[in-house]
Amino acid sequence: MSVDWSWIADHTDDLTTLTLSHLQAALTAVLLGLLISLPLAVLAHRVRRLRGLLLGLSNVLFTIPSIAVFVLLLPVSGLTRTTTVIGLTIYTLVVLLRNTVEGLDSVPTRTKEAAKAMGTRPLRTLLTVELPLALPVIMAGVRIATVMAISLVSVTTYIGDGGLGQLFTDGFQRNFPTPVIVGVVLTLLLALVADALLVTLQYVLTPWNRRQKQGA
Amino acid sequence: MQPGKGLLMIQFDKAHKPFPNGTTAVHDLTLDLPEGGVTVLVGSSGCGKTTTLRMINRMVEPTSGSIRVGGKDVLEQDAAKLRRSIGYVIQQAGLFPHRTVLDNIATVPLLLGWGRRKARARAVELLETVGLAADAGKRYPHQLSGGQQQRVGVARALAADPPVLLMDEPFGAVDPVVRTQLQDELLRLQRELNKTIVFVTHDIDEAVRLGDRIAVFRTGGHLVQCASPAELLARPADAFVADFLGAERGLKLLSLTTLEEVAQGPAPEGARWQLTLDAGRRPLAWRDSESKGEAEIPVRPLRDSDSLLSALNESIAAPSGLVARVDADGVLTGVTSREDIHARAGQVHSAASTVAA
Repeated sequence: MSVDWSWIADHTDDLTTLTLSHLQAALTAVLLGLLISLPLAVLAHRVRRLRGLLLGLSNVLFTIPSIAVFVLLLPVSGLTRTTTVIGLTIYTLVVLLRNTVEGLDSVPTRTKEAAKAMGTRPLRTLLTVELPLALPVIMAGVRIATVMAISLVSVTTYIGDGGLGQLFTDGFQRNFPTPVIVGVVLTLLLALVADALLVTLQYVLTPWNRRQKQGA
Repeated sequence: MQPGKGLLMIQFDKAHKPFPNGTTAVHDLTLDLPEGGVTVLVGSSGCGKTTTLRMINRMVEPTSGSIRVGGKDVLEQDAAKLRRSIGYVIQQAGLFPHRTVLDNIATVPLLLGWGRRKARARAVELLETVGLAADAGKRYPHQLSGGQQQRVGVARALAADPPVLLMDEPFGAVDPVVRTQLQDELLRLQRELNKTIVFVTHDIDEAVRLGDRIAVFRTGGHLVQCASPAELLARPADAFVADFLGAERGLKLLSLTTLEEVAQGPAPEGARWQLTLDAGRRPLAWRDSESKGEAEIPVRPLRDSDSLLSALNESIAAPSGLVARVDADGVLTGVTSREDIHARAGQVHSAASTVAA
């Protein structure tokens, strides 16, 4: 199995377009997942009875095979990018919801009590105390969700989208390995770079967790 | 010393609160705390002392009865605003781990809308007030020792200069040496600031040391006695209080009286044990004149401000039964005999137990 380097050279524009499209689908899904899971997680964290229901529901969604999710969405949104994003968002939700709830649970009661006793109102406590302290656990979820979304985008080739996944079908149909190899390598690279950026983002956002001690 | 009978700062009127499990946390508590001075709430765990404290800033709400702070019913005020007007030092400091020391201290000023610059300037000022170095301000709580964290906790509670300070076992998690330091610092701060402080502890020695008034609670949320440390130690209201104060309560009473009024005389000439002095007449040790060698026993000279209890201790430790007395500069002023100290201790005791009730 050898790589046809001239094919790559001839298709750099296509590869760039597919990579960007792939990334856009995955990132949109993660952002939407975060937007939806944050309020749901706060609800699940505050209202004990909703907690089991929401987490259980998201687990059930996770067990549906990905192909089936996209096929089920076809009557709703058709062969579009919207279908791709909705499907991917459902998958990111499961991870993000669970981790955000766990992150909020991990905030020490004493710290929340302190905020209350100082006269901080609940919303401000959530935004300035609970979410920052939950950030490491939430970010762990965001990293998993991002890598998962990046790998899942390829599946949507079956509904006419797929980003870099199009290279796989192209290669298989023509029995030509180069696009397949390039697709795999680019997907891997995307996942690695995205993960590295998220690790950096977390480092920047949580200065209190850095190990080195100033002046100590 | 009884604080001045000015305004009643905190008033409990038949305040009642059950625990979630149905037992009583606080039972119909009626208690008035005057402005200024330290009131210590003591009792074993589950006696309702912490619940009582937390009712003052509405962290716990009574099911019946009322609590007034500065004359106003706490239940009729906005809870968050009320809490900003009352300093609260939480067990084990309870600092925000994700905020720097300065930002922790600036919490309440920022909530009050002082603006970042003014809040920070105030925080810097308070670092010094509680005895922390300026460079500690940029650190995060986990980079500080337990004692330093506790100081930050006190600074945070003082930030908006509240008239009332609630302290919930603030020094429980630090070692005894640091605890004594923190207690001294609190007494020093209190002399400067004269806040109305309500302090919860289960340590009776801490209560005697810090309190202008001590309120003893019994399981079931009953207030048994509220009195000055001297009155409490001399005349406990019942067997429960006496038991709680412990077998050494008579000695604890001596810790409240200073050596000042006990007579002293010149160091005796020709006695077996001679006090050796340095060039500046500061005591060094007791030397045995009958021993050929250099037999010396260390001396712990006492000032007028030292307690009668420490004098009693020293009179037992000193070989001659004499206590060396020094002035503020450590220069020998005279000696006091074990007998004189005993006599004074007896007087203190009988005076305290016969004060008109």
